[in-house]
Amino acid sequence: MSKTLIRGAKVLGGEAQDVLIDGETILEVGTGIEAGDATVVEAEGKILLPGLVDLHTHLREPGREDSETVLTGTRAAASGGYTAVFAMANTFPVADTAGVVEQVYRLGQEGGYADVQPIGAVTVGLEGKKLAELGAMHESAAGVTVFSDDGKCVDDAVIMRRALEYVKAFGGVVAQHAQEPRLTEGAQMNEGVVSAELGLGGWPAVAEESIIARDVLLAEHVGSRVHICHLSTAGSVEIVRWAKSRGIDVTAEVTPHHLLLTDEMVRTYNPVYKVNPPLRTERDVMALREALADGTIDIVATDHAPHPHEDKDCEWAAAAMGMVGLETALSVVQQTMVETGLLTWAAVADRMSVKPAEIGQATGHGRPVSAGEPANLTLLDPAYRGVVDPAGFASRSGNTPYEGRELPGRVTHTWLRGRATLVDGKLA
Amino acid sequence: MMRHLISAADLTRDDAVLILDTAEEMARVADRPIKKLPALRGRTICNLFFEDSTRTRISFEAAEKRLSADVINFAAKGSSVSKGESLKDTAQTLEAMGVDAVVIRHGASGAPYRLATSGWIDAPVINAGDGTHQHPTQALLDAFTMRRRLVGRDAGLGKDLKGKRITLVGDVLHSRVARSNVDLLHTLGAEVTLVAPPTLVPVGVDTWPCDVSYDLDRVLPESDAVMMLRVQRERMNAAFFPTEREYSRRYGLDGERMAKMPEHAIVMHPGPMVRGMEITAEVADSERCTVIEQVANGVHTRMAVLYLLLGGNEPAVTHTRPNDSESK
Repeated sequence: MSKTLIRGAKVLGGEAQDVLIDGETILEVGTGIEAGDATVVEAEGKILLPGLVDLHTHLREPGREDSETVLTGTRAAASGGYTAVFAMANTFPVADTAGVVEQVYRLGQEGGYADVQPIGAVTVGLEGKKLAELGAMHESAAGVTVFSDDGKCVDDAVIMRRALEYVKAFGGVVAQHAQEPRLTEGAQMNEGVVSAELGLGGWPAVAEESIIARDVLLAEHVGSRVHICHLSTAGSVEIVRWAKSRGIDVTAEVTPHHLLLTDEMVRTYNPVYKVNPPLRTERDVMALREALADGTIDIVATDHAPHPHEDKDCEWAAAAMGMVGLETALSVVQQTMVETGLLTWAAVADRMSVKPAEIGQATGHGRPVSAGEPANLTLLDPAYRGVVDPAGFASRSGNTPYEGRELPGRVTHTWLRGRATLVDGKLA
Repeated sequence: MMRHLISAADLTRDDAVLILDTAEEMARVADRPIKKLPALRGRTICNLFFEDSTRTRISFEAAEKRLSADVINFAAKGSSVSKGESLKDTAQTLEAMGVDAVVIRHGASGAPYRLATSGWIDAPVINAGDGTHQHPTQALLDAFTMRRRLVGRDAGLGKDLKGKRITLVGDVLHSRVARSNVDLLHTLGAEVTLVAPPTLVPVGVDTWPCDVSYDLDRVLPESDAVMMLRVQRERMNAAFFPTEREYSRRYGLDGERMAKMPEHAIVMHPGPMVRGMEITAEVADSERCTVIEQVANGVHTRMAVLYLLLGGNEPAVTHTRPNDSESK
């Protein structure tokens, strides 16, 4: 493999430096590095980050290839600056056996656009009744370490307790989709002022918070670690903050859309804003930003959820829940966290690469940008301003809530172990 | 006048008063031997009903026919919709057949708004009730009934409901009638109080332009009109209230309670009534109960809405010479 010289990039937003990639590895980081026979990428004014890692992606394959495949989803990942994605288990069939997780893992390797780390289901068929063969999935070629019934909550307290205990044997982690099912029957949007007016079934914050409270206490009791998916309310932040202060081993994620959008958007009845957990209030958005800044929330995860056009081009109640997010995540974080002064670029690298890699044990990802490390890198132009147009997405689906909205920043290059998967904003 | 009628909240005071005044003109047509105007001759209106509702559908149909429109009734049951056709495809199919306006009833809140704003069709959309969101023509016919009874048929022309105290009782949470009435009555200057068990009031109600009370007996003496909302018996299965009897005792309207209302105050109900649940037969059949008038007024009001939305910028009757051949 040939050499690449990234010239003059602000590494983690700091001083301009040159980074020389040789094969799969970073050979040298410094100033005035001779290009020699290396391909030169002029990166003046751009920011160089470790390749982003998404702990929460729906790749839809197997089963819903009409909305996304492992290939199209990882192309979207590369396009958004990601070098590793964790693929959620709610496929058809469900990723609850070694066979399914190995298939997804292999498809990711064949694609070559991003490392795909399958997440295994906690319970058989996501039904919340019986533990799936978690050990078998861990021992498979896919080496699963993260388990989640995402889309559904492991609501049975005993099943959750057992899962938390069981995965300790091989250092796994359970990622909970916190949604008390009885409190959210027929729920269509955040319960509050807007739902009262629109006559849409309310999704109370307490349905999320009560499960998080229960699960951090369970984790404390059995001495396990627990990860909370897509935290969306100010109350959830308080509970996680309290749990961390008690020394409970809990990590939490927030999606880009919960950092930017509120339930006021639902007034349009446009199902592109329909998502689980639902968009909350301005107060929640501000609490989430603050929590991501102070580390209460550990990471940003996209919950990239592709859906075919017809599943959104309908009335609200009939529409599917979810938004695509891989190709806009970094821009949303730049707008909500960097340009507001809440996070430095180095902290963005921590929340979007280092920590998610750590939680999911993604070897070779989330590493420092220094000599000897794997060349998983993302280069972005923070000065860019553009209007989101899903027609330009690499994802097979275009269900973005940002269509027509101006967002800052643009990923221009992504390298996966030295191979450029994105060059000048175009997939390679 | 606006292009669509989706929510009572979209109406200004002047819009609403114009509709009520126009409805009074329409009411005069109903007193004639031939109850028909040529206003919408040659126009086709589709009643697109995804939810069973005989009374609202018939009311719209009567209004459309009295305005000489051609009427197409589309019920979702047994149609292509039950075979999985989307709202978008159904609407586009109807428009391709030359429909000039769509009256839609749908179980999903927001479906009429989607139809009007998604670029699927161009025709004006009239909301005939969507989920638990809005039912604007119901609110208009209720306001029409209140204005007639509390202000006067002729004295009310050009007037709103300023200062009138209106009480709505029952399942506010699941009621599109309640939402529409709160919006419209507020616009018309009335003071609205909602009365319900706390379980049947939505979280977030505190921003609505009305008061909320859990005590019916306290509110009744200060009400110029009391509107009883239908309460479905099945609600008690979801623990909204313990039993039908307890609901009736605390929130139902019987003769004894009605006696606490001021002399002039009226009892309203959007129908269909559940006798013995929210209202006793004694009250339902009393002189003070306007439920039958509301049905008649529904036709006048819907005629006014259709007339104004479909191009009538001038008063409907005053300047329209009755068609000779029709009036003979």
